[in-house]
Amino acid sequence: MSTPGDVAGEGWPLYEVFVRANRGLSHVHVGSLHAPDDDMALRNARDLYTRRNEGVSVWVVRSSAITTSDPDQKGAFFESPAGKNYRHAKYYEKSAEVPHL
Amino acid sequence: METESTMTLTAPDASARIDAEQEAELQARFDALIEADQRIEPRDWMPDAYRKTLIRQISQHAHSEIIGMQPEGNWISRAPSLKRKAILMAKVQDEAGHGLYLYSAAQTLGISRDEMTEQLITSRARYSSIFNYPTPTWADMGAIGWLVDGAAICNQVPLCRASYGPYGRAMVRICKEESFHQRQGFEILLELSQGTPEQHAMAQESVDRWYWPALMMFGPPDDESPNSAQSMAWKIKRFSNDELRQRFVGMLVPQAEVLGLTLPDPNLRWNEERQAWDMSEIDWTEFNEVLAGRGPANAQRIQHRRDAHEEGAWVREAAAAYAEKQAARERVAA
Amino acid sequence: MSDIKPRDAAAVAAAYEAEAADVHGDVSVDELALSAELTGADASATASDDVAAYALRLGDDALILSQRLGWWISRAPELEEDMALGNIALDLLGHARSLLHYAGTASGRSEDDLAYWRDEHEFRCAWLFEQPNGDFAHTIARGLIAATWMQELYTALSQSTDATLAAIAAKAVKEVAYHRDHAVQWTLRLAGGTDESRRRMLVALADLWPYTDELFRDDALHDRLEGVAPRPSSLRAGFDEVWDAVLAEAGIVESDFVHPRIGQSSGGGRHGNHSTHLGPMLAEMQVLARRHPGATW
Repeated sequence: MSTPGDVAGEGWPLYEVFVRANRGLSHVHVGSLHAPDDDMALRNARDLYTRRNEGVSVWVVRSSAITTSDPDQKGAFFESPAGKNYRHAKYYEKSAEVPHL
Repeated sequence: METESTMTLTAPDASARIDAEQEAELQARFDALIEADQRIEPRDWMPDAYRKTLIRQISQHAHSEIIGMQPEGNWISRAPSLKRKAILMAKVQDEAGHGLYLYSAAQTLGISRDEMTEQLITSRARYSSIFNYPTPTWADMGAIGWLVDGAAICNQVPLCRASYGPYGRAMVRICKEESFHQRQGFEILLELSQGTPEQHAMAQESVDRWYWPALMMFGPPDDESPNSAQSMAWKIKRFSNDELRQRFVGMLVPQAEVLGLTLPDPNLRWNEERQAWDMSEIDWTEFNEVLAGRGPANAQRIQHRRDAHEEGAWVREAAAAYAEKQAARERVAA
Repeated sequence: MSDIKPRDAAAVAAAYEAEAADVHGDVSVDELALSAELTGADASATASDDVAAYALRLGDDALILSQRLGWWISRAPELEEDMALGNIALDLLGHARSLLHYAGTASGRSEDDLAYWRDEHEFRCAWLFEQPNGDFAHTIARGLIAATWMQELYTALSQSTDATLAAIAAKAVKEVAYHRDHAVQWTLRLAGGTDESRRRMLVALADLWPYTDELFRDDALHDRLEGVAPRPSSLRAGFDEVWDAVLAEAGIVESDFVHPRIGQSSGGGRHGNHSTHLGPMLAEMQVLARRHPGATW
């Protein structure tokens, strides 16, 4: 399943845009835009999503190239971590009073 | 407006036929998410009516931003100082950006930009009728910022919490940028109001013209607004038309005092008993005329958009053809 | 929320925004150093008459090109291109304001005095910048010549012995590099897109190329500004190198668009002799300001 919004046969394809707001942060999805090709998509992203100094780095990717999980499968897809509380630090209560642990 | 492509995403796979029992379960999950103030995200199941309402509202909102570029774009070439020219240019450009954010949100519901553009330039889509009023004076740049953008912000801030995720996220970005729009409008009016007598008169005349249309932007009174209740239940809309209108007027009154301008309603006063603003009756016949496309600049606004779209066709085709050729070249090289 | 009085709506709005930002990740705005609006303006330097005359030329080039490009906002071939052309127009307007502000220090005039209260014969822009937008190809061809020239110019000018000019140029050169890239990208796409777009691109180059030479003409002012302003003729080699590379990549040879019978434009813009296009453009730009002498906006 590709990302929502990709519609085949548009004049210019849809691109998803990711912006890194500052060094040390991840790229975050900010929206989408249309462009004839990758090079122009990057430039359009710069012009649309960084007009106010919002970013130090931009990624663009064709929406059709993204594979996503299916929300209708949410139960099956994300069920496994439930019931595995021992993956979380606060599960271990006996060490609560011990310093530096 | 709700065409086939809008519907395709409801059932992404041919195999995913949803029977009545499943649908009831999905509906229950959807209702629970809304109830819990959680966001609905693009791939989630949603009732068709919810999807249709959102597509209509978001695309209308996007069209309004794009059409809204024109009344102000009209003054970019004649702005009376270079600073004002820069501010106005940045503002009108922001509106293109806001249109793009919103088209991008609408597109996640399964409608393409091409389709939305087509609806706009063939007059099948609506946009905010406020932009069908002309902008004969420079003071209109101030009044639009202060009154029209001000009203828009009142309407839009609650939309930052709209239940549909992409819409809410687009609105957060837009609201932050809009606050500059309203302030610059206020500043234009303040300069004019405190300027020469001619400038002051220009400001007052413009406020007189824009005040009522701005109040109409909140839509018909609550008892005559058929779609509002459902939108509020779905948490797309969070406050009623009249609540927002009251709130807006409450903000304008002290601001008008600072501006040294009067609001053109002799009956406007705070009613302590009702804890609300008393105001004159709004002339909805004019609103309905403008809404029906008989506003002063309706045809011109659409024509402008159609011209840009049609005259740009060869450019868009050229870029697409170039991309195709480049891709073919890379395939050969690989 | 219903217990909140109408007057507190601004606070409600702020609260929503904060909450929404919290949920969705902050969007950074309003963090600009506003004092940086006019590059070099804080230096409180006063230009000599010659430096002012020079700054006026460059300021007028940028102002007039910006005025032209502003027309495209809401009329570009695609909304994304409205954004791009808008950004370029805004950059150029920023350069114009810095340069005109500096030019005005020699005679006690403001940027607006210079922009709005000079007549056509007092403008010093070159003819290239006055040329009409034409179709998108003409705007791109004009932009390609302009940005390629400006990049050479501002690169050299950033080494000026005049600190204000150097500071303005140092900021402008980065922005102009992006303008050139924009023009190059579109030149490649129009030249290599469809037959129609290639035809239009060649017509546009043919129409605008004659205005190139004026940009590289030395005159007495440059003699007097040795070290302050680069000689225009010294910028030609760098320009040609970039130009030839772009044309080669676009698959265009000069004989495709340079017509031997069409000479160079007379191009007397640096001395106040302008093409027929400037007058109407100034009339529009100045009309409101001139109707209200002495007013502030």
